[in-house]
Amino acid sequence: MSAKRLSQGGRIDRDQRIKFTWDGSSMTGYAGDTLASALMANGETVLGRSFKYHRPRGIMSAGVEESGAMVTVGQGSRRDPNVKATMQELYSGLAASGQNAWPSVRFDVGAVNGLFGRFFSAGFYYKTFMGLPPMEWGSGTGLWMKYESIIRKAAGMGVASREADPDVYDHAHGYCDVLVVGSGPAGLSAALTAAKAGLDVLLVEQDCELGGDYLNLADDASAKKRKDLIAKLEKAGARIMTRTTAFGLYDFGTAGLLERVTDHIASPDKHLPRHRFWTVRARQTILATGALERQVAFGNNDRPGVMNVAAGRSYLNRYAVLPGQDIVVATNNDSAYATAAELANAGATVSLLDARTVISESMMSLVGNSGVNLHTRSAPLNVRGSHGVNGLDFAVASSNGWSAQGSESCDLVLVSGGWSPVVHLLSHRGIRPVWNAEQACFVGPDEVNEPIYMAGSAAAVWNTDDCLTSGESAATKAIKALGGKTRQKAAPVAGGWESPIEPLYEVTVPDRQLKSFVDPQHDVTTEDVRLAHREGFVSVEHLKRYTTLGMATDGGKVGNIIGLALMADAQGKEIPEIGTTTFRPPYTPISIGALKGRNVDGHFRPLRRTPMHVWNLDHGGTMTMAGLWHRPWYFARKGEGISEAYVRETETTRRTVGLCDVTSLGKISIQGPDATEFLNRIYTNAFAKLPIGKARYGIMLRDDGIVMDDGTTWRLSETDYFMTTTTAHAGKVMVFLEELLQTRWQDLRVHVTSVSEQWAGSAVAGPKSREVLEACVEDPAVMSNEAFPFMGVINTTLKGGIPCRIARISFSGEMAFEVYVPSDYASALMDLLWGVAEPLDGCLYGLEALGAMRIEKGHVTGAELDGRVTIDDAGLGKMASPAKSFIGSAMRDRPELMREDRPRLVGIKPKDTSQTFNAGSILCAEDKVSGLGEGWITAVTHSPALGHWIGLGFISSGYEAWEGKTVIAADPVRKGNIEVEIISPHMYDPSGERMYG
Amino acid sequence: MIRINCPFCGERDHTEFSYGGDASIVYPELDASMEEWHDAIFMRENIQGMQSETWHHANGCRMWLVVERSTMTHEIQSVRPAHEGNAAVLSKSGSGGEQ
Ligand SMILES: [Zn+2]
Repeated sequence: MSAKRLSQGGRIDRDQRIKFTWDGSSMTGYAGDTLASALMANGETVLGRSFKYHRPRGIMSAGVEESGAMVTVGQGSRRDPNVKATMQELYSGLAASGQNAWPSVRFDVGAVNGLFGRFFSAGFYYKTFMGLPPMEWGSGTGLWMKYESIIRKAAGMGVASREADPDVYDHAHGYCDVLVVGSGPAGLSAALTAAKAGLDVLLVEQDCELGGDYLNLADDASAKKRKDLIAKLEKAGARIMTRTTAFGLYDFGTAGLLERVTDHIASPDKHLPRHRFWTVRARQTILATGALERQVAFGNNDRPGVMNVAAGRSYLNRYAVLPGQDIVVATNNDSAYATAAELANAGATVSLLDARTVISESMMSLVGNSGVNLHTRSAPLNVRGSHGVNGLDFAVASSNGWSAQGSESCDLVLVSGGWSPVVHLLSHRGIRPVWNAEQACFVGPDEVNEPIYMAGSAAAVWNTDDCLTSGESAATKAIKALGGKTRQKAAPVAGGWESPIEPLYEVTVPDRQLKSFVDPQHDVTTEDVRLAHREGFVSVEHLKRYTTLGMATDGGKVGNIIGLALMADAQGKEIPEIGTTTFRPPYTPISIGALKGRNVDGHFRPLRRTPMHVWNLDHGGTMTMAGLWHRPWYFARKGEGISEAYVRETETTRRTVGLCDVTSLGKISIQGPDATEFLNRIYTNAFAKLPIGKARYGIMLRDDGIVMDDGTTWRLSETDYFMTTTTAHAGKVMVFLEELLQTRWQDLRVHVTSVSEQWAGSAVAGPKSREVLEACVEDPAVMSNEAFPFMGVINTTLKGGIPCRIARISFSGEMAFEVYVPSDYASALMDLLWGVAEPLDGCLYGLEALGAMRIEKGHVTGAELDGRVTIDDAGLGKMASPAKSFIGSAMRDRPELMREDRPRLVGIKPKDTSQTFNAGSILCAEDKVSGLGEGWITAVTHSPALGHWIGLGFISSGYEAWEGKTVIAADPVRKGNIEVEIISPHMYDPSGERMYG
Repeated sequence: MIRINCPFCGERDHTEFSYGGDASIVYPELDASMEEWHDAIFMRENIQGMQSETWHHANGCRMWLVVERSTMTHEIQSVRPAHEGNAAVLSKSGSGGEQ
């Protein structure tokens, strides 16, 4: 391939020279170039190395279907691998390099892989993982170990940056009456027709310019027509997005678009996102997505210098690069003739091989007048040359296939194996394309059950003027569907060539082994497809996965049809009998950045802060995440780490008093005449007789009898309850209560309202907790033991007139209260409480101390109530009333849930009390440290009260069964095995004297 | 990207809703037998075609809805409030119900 830049013509701007680098060498191109056209003009041919065999690869196309010129663009944190050079606009300072090769794409040590071809034949990965037949999972592990190092080096395409992506990406939403995808003749005409009818039209084009195939045509009439259509379209008010790919179609007219905002700009405005990910809802969709030219499988058809014919035309007419001097054009259809003539007119020597016998007069004279040597019944057999093309062996049609027929020297081979309409987006909707044998391609079905219309060459309409009509016809359908008045324009029929295409998928001759590629991007050869057939793969979906055909970044745009044809041939069937694979989004690759948009770092998920957040920070709190919540973890004093801090907080709370932000607990207001009945049905224990001014601890089960949540519910009046849930399950419980009231129990007169945001709360725990509250309420008399017994609830007023509700409940095992005030009073509450508690040598405590105290007491939380645990497993069986039915009461009696040997809640301590152990350890019998063990550890802490480490967990049959036995807490990946003893979960103050005191 | 026409809020993206389950299930009385509960909780039809199902407008009006949706095409035939009292009020005021 000896390409050269032409001194005139094309769409490049010769006044704007652009400097860029390729593998470190400085080069120059022009505005309007792609990286591919600029590299071609600079004489570069080998631009990449192939996936498996590291074969040299060059430019194969001029568009999104590119499988050869995959390069890495940018450096450092902006290094972007697998960029198709054919789609990358040139900009000043662009730094591009070859990939998948060392030391360079021209001299690649990895090319030796080509010698190990058998490693990489069809099904290689499956055989390696599964072992040799009979295939059983795992038997291949040894093989995998053996090959792993080789594969690791060989596989992969390019290397992504390991640094954080410095760019910003956006998500955006759009709406339109008519979405038109593609701006070739059909798209422009469809958009114009719809816009003139007054519809809101959105036209998206993946290229940087509108025009589609118009951009590849050199004649003045086409240029004028294009300009004219665009001017009218702008005047008609259509919205136009270029550099935007409609990568997927989804339900209800939703399209996913990727807008590449700054990929073509040397130094973009730093306020611009790199990409925008659009979700567009269209009432009608017109797909004028064009068609892609197919390759033909023949020997070494992947060599740099083998391209599709349309690419040859594009480089010549759009980019003003004559891609070769000595060119062979091979075709099986009319579309190559104009290109052959234009290349000859531009000064190249051109031979045209047409596999067909019958060719129209006008086609013959078109090439004849330009001095093209036409050979009919001829096809390419094998390319000569290793890093480029220096010759081509021919074949001629014989009575039983092809036979070799001499060779010719050349520097470029252009191939047209026919055209595949881009039906990908239609396929995304689950609509199966149908085979059109006359045009040798898949097209959309006649009847489509959604407002989606195919237009232009996407509907196998090959003639440019027919494409205009096709677009207009699609638009009139959309206008009609939206209730507009229009005359239905008839759609042109598929076709438009003077002589019919003759299918040509592979050229091969007997007794000659050729390396012929079907899917060059994944190095899938014709032999791989046949091997898959021999090994019994019949379904095309299996073929695809076994050979990886069509699974590279191009999604099989070029190779799929050849693969199908070869499979059909091997099975002695026709292509429609084999079927087609389903195309899935995205049409072209989209950046991970675009998918994430701005949902990164702190914006990855919503952040919830309690109204005491700032107060907690001001008082030395270190925060931790608890679900979406930021909660105080511990309040370190000078010189303390977390361990010292929480031990002190636990000890202080048990000795004097501690305050803890408990605002994140779920809070639900349950009101109405049937509120009592409602609660009695959802809690396992009796709520029917809960007196006003009392709270009760309750457990809820799911329908299937497993514990859902626990918490306290306070009776405020005859018809008014205040329920608290765990922080983790607040949302789930609320949804469940709403479901019950709106679906199952529609007769219950109850209203539930989430009031989690309305109330801020603090726990006041410890022997001096009453003393603190007495000093804070306006009337200390309400705090007396008689007026305010254990589980009592009062509504009262704090000093300064702050309204509050207080319940005497304890999670810590100490005498304790939960105080709630309207959220706006959160800081005032804490100031008031701390003002009293601090002089009493009290403390603030966080989640770590909270956890330590509840473990000492054997109270369960989300770590224990993990969705597998029954009320009996948690040791709370006596909370299930035998006197009533409740949610889950029938199903909790299932035999499996009632087994005596189920894992039950237990306490755990190390045998050698100087030792520690980890949550997540597996509990095993001393003589059987293997398998699933007998139980597991859910939580551990250092207990200041007991002076050693303790834990909670579950073990089969409960602690009574393990008394006096040694149990192993196995933690093979971290700590190893520790000997532990299993004890009652109520490890501290089991009789609860401190709580009632 | 299903769109659901909430009778209370109007047409919204399915991302505002959460899926409940099979709306045709009649849950037994709380004191019904384990067998009846077993069937209600675990036995499910795997319907190919129009299915009646519950959706919760969790990020909207918090109402539970009964949606008739095709499991093959996502086509939605009707949307109504799960609570019959609400459905009756809406149909009286003529402001919702069937799509
Ligand atoms: Zn709603």
